[in-house]
Amino acid sequence: MEYHDIVIIGGGPAGLSAAVAAHDAGVRDILILERDDHLGGILNQCIHNGFGLHTFQEELTGPEYADRYIRQIAERHIPYKLCTIVSDISAEREVLYINSEEGAVRLKAGAVVLAMGCRERPRGALALPGFRPAGVFTAGTAQRLVNIEGYMVGKEVVILGSGDIGLIMARRMTLEGAKVKVVAELMPYSGGLKRNIVQCLEDYGIPLRLRHTVTKIHGKARVEGVTIAEVGDDRKPIPGTEEFYSCDTLLLSCGLLPENELSKQAGVRLDSVTGGPSVDDRLETSVPGVFACGNVLHVHDLVDYVSEEAARAGEQAAAYVQTGERKQTAAAALEGKGGVRYTVPQTLHIADMADRVTVRFRVADVYRDKQLVVYYDGREVRRIKKRILAPGEMEELVLMKSSFADWPDVQTITIALEDQHGDA
Amino acid sequence: MAMNTYDVLVIGAGVVGAAIARELSKYELSVCVMEKDEDVCSGTSKANSGIVHGGFDPAVGSVMAAMNIRGAELIRKLHKTLDFPYKQNGAMVLCFDEADRPALEDLYDRGVRNGVKDMAIISGTEARALEPAISEEVVAALHVPTSGVVCPFGMTIALSENAADNGVEFRFLTTVTGIEKTAAGYEVKTDQGDFSATYVVNAAGVYADTLHNMVCEEPLHIIPRRGEYVLMDKEVGTLVSHTIFQLPSRKGKGVLVTPTVHGNLLVGPNAFDVEDREATDTTSEGLEEIRAQALRSVPAIPFQKMITGFAGLRAVEKSGDFILGETADGFFDAAGIQSPGLTAAPVIGEYIAGLIAKKAAARKKDGFLAVRKGIPEVAKLSPEERAKLIAKRPDYGRIVCRCENISEGEILDAMNRTLGAVSMDGVKRRVRQGMGRCQAGFCTPGTIELIAKTLGISMNEVAKNRPGSEFIMGE
Amino acid sequence: MEMHELTCIQCPMGCPLTVSVDGDKVTVSGNTCPRGEVYGKKEITAPTRTVTSTVAVEGGELPRVSVKTATDIPKDKIFAVMDAIRAAKVKAPVLIGDVLIKNAAGSGVDVIATKTVEKA
Repeated sequence: MEYHDIVIIGGGPAGLSAAVAAHDAGVRDILILERDDHLGGILNQCIHNGFGLHTFQEELTGPEYADRYIRQIAERHIPYKLCTIVSDISAEREVLYINSEEGAVRLKAGAVVLAMGCRERPRGALALPGFRPAGVFTAGTAQRLVNIEGYMVGKEVVILGSGDIGLIMARRMTLEGAKVKVVAELMPYSGGLKRNIVQCLEDYGIPLRLRHTVTKIHGKARVEGVTIAEVGDDRKPIPGTEEFYSCDTLLLSCGLLPENELSKQAGVRLDSVTGGPSVDDRLETSVPGVFACGNVLHVHDLVDYVSEEAARAGEQAAAYVQTGERKQTAAAALEGKGGVRYTVPQTLHIADMADRVTVRFRVADVYRDKQLVVYYDGREVRRIKKRILAPGEMEELVLMKSSFADWPDVQTITIALEDQHGDA
Repeated sequence: MAMNTYDVLVIGAGVVGAAIARELSKYELSVCVMEKDEDVCSGTSKANSGIVHGGFDPAVGSVMAAMNIRGAELIRKLHKTLDFPYKQNGAMVLCFDEADRPALEDLYDRGVRNGVKDMAIISGTEARALEPAISEEVVAALHVPTSGVVCPFGMTIALSENAADNGVEFRFLTTVTGIEKTAAGYEVKTDQGDFSATYVVNAAGVYADTLHNMVCEEPLHIIPRRGEYVLMDKEVGTLVSHTIFQLPSRKGKGVLVTPTVHGNLLVGPNAFDVEDREATDTTSEGLEEIRAQALRSVPAIPFQKMITGFAGLRAVEKSGDFILGETADGFFDAAGIQSPGLTAAPVIGEYIAGLIAKKAAARKKDGFLAVRKGIPEVAKLSPEERAKLIAKRPDYGRIVCRCENISEGEILDAMNRTLGAVSMDGVKRRVRQGMGRCQAGFCTPGTIELIAKTLGISMNEVAKNRPGSEFIMGE
Repeated sequence: MEMHELTCIQCPMGCPLTVSVDGDKVTVSGNTCPRGEVYGKKEITAPTRTVTSTVAVEGGELPRVSVKTATDIPKDKIFAVMDAIRAAKVKAPVLIGDVLIKNAAGSGVDVIATKTVEKA
């Protein structure tokens, strides 16, 4: 069976960054498997700017950001296969891929990096009532049709969900001459970045209606309109608040779901909150030698953080190949409390952790003037003031190895959100 | 004139029309199937439970009962010769209350009298041993091993393709506006011109009364009865292995929970009479209703794994039974075909075609092609077989729909064969592109492009189904 | 004195800014970095945006090439620049960074390609 030191599933921002980092860590036998016909993944359709401030200290568009990494791949002569879909991964790191040139090929990997990204929550999963006409698109599908293929998906648009892709598409459709009538958001806050509310909605006078949802899709062949209603605290529509919006298109931007069907086949344990693998500080999953990064691990807002995280996964995969399976040291569990919904990583090997480990997390609601408190086995070790936290913006916290000097045997690291003067 | 003249005109290309057409194609008859939509299987046949019923439910002595048992037997053979997905997974009817046990026993007796084989009443404990996910409240169950699941699209498409391969003509996007008796038979007026035929078959589903009443004195009245469904991810498709029914009530068989033949979990339907014959919209109340009812049978159904909801209309005739036979001279009804209509369809086909053949004194045709081969399901092949196939046809190696693992080759096959697909829904029903968990989020652009290229139309003209349902509104 | 409440869009932090205008004197508070101050002043006096879109490509491996204004442009020029972008058509190959429209709609800013599209 063909063998490669590191096989990377996915040639989007996560896979590319992981490949570059693994190469720079000294591994030469790397293979990227990408299902699309170009490297770069979803960045190719994200033609807007706002990428790269963190990674390259300049503001780039999605394709430009992808190009930087594609160049690095080329400079390093890292091989990749396009139009290639992985159909199976085993716990023994055997990978089966399919493409039209080679058919079905099984290969063995020293380490696997999962970088398959995520998918959009479709209409069906939202249980939106009404007819099933043409003209209901997830925002990302519409984005591809508009930005890659150059086709307009509609003229009068309503958007449900204020995730970033929805906001970006509100502006994009407006610039292309469509009328975006309203963006409805079920929650009392937007799921997107603040800057996108300003420059995609406010700039163009597009109303954002919080605590609203679509209660019926009208039109048997093509969308003819939607009914929108206010929702109560239980997120259920309030009778009598229904309003009809005539439109030919409904775009959905209601959340992204990590695509872990392959991970499951390999026996990787998933975190029920993130929908991604449960990983340790090496970004290694429950299956030895299988690492995860990017949106397949947990959904990010910013590609810069994807790149950074993926580089870490690439380095760790390289270390795994170079030094073999490390002896299992006891791992401390990370837990979120008081509105901290999850943490990535979920466990930390204190004995051989890096000097700094970035922990990323999201909160459950919009919070103002809170404190982020870190406990090691119930003992408070840090307290950080937070002016504002929102579910749409991923938070991070760095754990220093030095902070464990006095407590090498910590079992549980708790990250809790507390009131300003709150006490544990 | 001659071009639009046939021996038999079948109106409606649902499973019933297709089954009748396929049976008629065994005879020396010129047959045309007329369909108002762009493809076969576009009405009631596309949105139902997909159950091949055991036959314990219909009233003893009813047409339904007789046709159900034999229909199920025919499907068990037909799915092999016509290559469509079918699985005999067995069914269970759950009884939640000792007080209802007599009703369960009645059902058993009815089944025995209808001729259902191998049934048994089992205890709640025995039922849970077979199906661990069912409720603790189940006190007894009727076990029906002969019940099965079928792909309703697969079956309708297979029957239609085979009919077409045997010389039946299909005309789509053709709506009947009037039927008149003539000396030679009937003059059928449509929005695509006039047709004449010696015999007319009415298999028009929820519109069957409209057609019937154009010809017959005794009117029919069809009440579209909407049933809503929830379809769940394949990840939870093995929650139950049997089709789980509840003891039937007056309004129908109750809400069922079943694996589909493709491995999803399907929950539904409710029953709600509507006026509009196109009212296949879902409602939040309806979804809530089936959810609440289904949880009674299987308390652990993970509704957050829902991938889509849909609704179908049962063509319920006021009398409640199938209306089958020659209701006017040379005019044959296959009306009021509600559950177990899918199961009964092959027998309805035999029966109606038999009546016509007899009346026309038609001879059996030489060289009838009984076998039809479906589109290869590439992802189901072993890696070795798959590689072999891809070496011959590289397009089987280009995956378009990643959730269901459907290749470009299969999508092209869906369009390039007999009665090929001309719409996105047509492709979807033939090869399951877009039927997975992302519900065509990723593969919509690619499939639109493939359809446009293959059919030689512009991207703007590619539609979800009928004209007016195009996806793209300009460049 | 005039007060404006803004959200800074210079980076994902989205700092809430308060901009006060007192004659010629514009002061910004609420920002956490100097970019916020620059943005706040500019947003009130002469707001600008970067415009991104796509331009039709003839004979390319892809039908469209993504583009952006080389720098930000006055906000009120956005739709004029979009018209120029929509009217444009280029021939493959297009290289990332190529100037596709010079001085778009008289804004003084060029529209440049943000990706490479090879010949088909």
